[in-house]
Amino acid sequence: MRHETIEKNINLMMVLIILAVSIGGLVEILPIMMSSETTEPAENSEPYTPLRLAGRDIYVREGCYNCHSQMIRPFRSETERYGPYSTAGESVYDRPFQFGSKRTGPDLARVGGRYSDDWQRLHLENPRALVPESNMPGYPWLNDRHVDPELITKKLKTLKLLGDPYTDEQISGAAALVEGKTEMDAVVAYLQGLGTNRTNRR
Amino acid sequence: MPAFWHWFVAAGTILFIIWCVWLVSWSAKQGPQGKADEALVGHKWDGDLEEWNNPAPKWWLYLYFITVFWSVGYLIAYPGLGNFKGVLGWSQTGQYEAEQQAAADRFEPIYARFAEMDFAALASEADAQKLGASLYASYCTTCHGSDARGAPGYPNLTDGAWLWGETEQQLTTTIGMGRNAIMPALGASLGGDDAVDNMVNYVRSLGGLVAADDAAGSAQPMFATICSVCHGTDGTGNQMLGAANLTDEVWLYGSEPEDIRNTIMNGRNGVMPPHGDLLGANRTKILAAYILSLSAAD
Repeated sequence: MRHETIEKNINLMMVLIILAVSIGGLVEILPIMMSSETTEPAENSEPYTPLRLAGRDIYVREGCYNCHSQMIRPFRSETERYGPYSTAGESVYDRPFQFGSKRTGPDLARVGGRYSDDWQRLHLENPRALVPESNMPGYPWLNDRHVDPELITKKLKTLKLLGDPYTDEQISGAAALVEGKTEMDAVVAYLQGLGTNRTNRR
Repeated sequence: MPAFWHWFVAAGTILFIIWCVWLVSWSAKQGPQGKADEALVGHKWDGDLEEWNNPAPKWWLYLYFITVFWSVGYLIAYPGLGNFKGVLGWSQTGQYEAEQQAAADRFEPIYARFAEMDFAALASEADAQKLGASLYASYCTTCHGSDARGAPGYPNLTDGAWLWGETEQQLTTTIGMGRNAIMPALGASLGGDDAVDNMVNYVRSLGGLVAADDAAGSAQPMFATICSVCHGTDGTGNQMLGAANLTDEVWLYGSEPEDIRNTIMNGRNGVMPPHGDLLGANRTKILAAYILSLSAAD
């Protein structure tokens, strides 16, 4: 076989390219997708409650991941500040996961309980009211918008289809749990739940 | 990793390396091989611009082989081939634990020395103060501010007013276990707008913001019935409950009539989150001593 044979036969070239580029994924990604460490939830990790799930989607919508990671790396400098390093099993209910790749603000993987609900509300409305040096934008409109109860039921059904262990009672009761809640309520509930599956921080 | 996936990864990796070596070697042999008609690939641009069918330069070829040798060495030394741990025994967890251990060996004796020291002496110990300042910067500034002067609803730590007390025991409990101060919404209990206005006046007169007049005085019996349970009959507060002293100059939620009215009508919920798990006892003590020194300095 010569270079010419491959270069002049587009189908053969296509097959060889697919083979070459897929071997890395087959060896590095596929086995991890099959590993229980990454597919089974970490101890005490629960599927999101309807309100927190709504909050998570608002977190994604507002692009919080652009400035905040949710991935504490196994370095002392990180665990001192944020708590124990993140494990794969803690993200199994995240679709998609919110690891992020940039920290303009701090990591949020274990922010739950670090501040009071009131602090989170005021801080989301106007970060500089509490932290004068902050360059985070305010999100005051979250107070004016409400969570859609019908949509949250659909989301839970979809997640159940994908394998999240929601019961039928949880799905039928979901709408009532978010009825009348603002998007601010949802985001604060989401943030206050982050990383709380582990209480022993040190 | 289950046996199947172990072999899948190991075999896949090794076969791919072998294939790479074969591919690079084979590719290096491609070229004109001395036949003149193969020296040019046959493309021609702009009339005289032609492409030679030469093999890649030797240094380029050797770079390929170096990366192959590197990968073999890496896979022997480090984990990569399925469940094989590598001869160095390196792991991410192991590296993290070694880092933690090194830090513990270095810092724990320092913390231990301060843990034995008298709490009052820590405030004048320069190293403890430096440590306290850096702990403060890491864990406290988001609510209490980088200058420790707080924000509306978040106590100023430099003013000498202590909602939950300033002894070692009280301060370390506040930091370690957190606090939850609840001012209930009392608009309904006071009964009507006028009563609330009178109470606002009375509370402001306690703090010396306005002169005590008749209207304010008329709220005094109501204060004795409802408010004194937490704030005391004289309004000086109660550190067991985190109930504010209303007779000093410190107004956590603002001193304007509208602020105080809001507090009475809607209540307040002052939460100090617990930091004991994050800090540990020794550092909590150092931090408490530092925070106490902030108000002593003024």
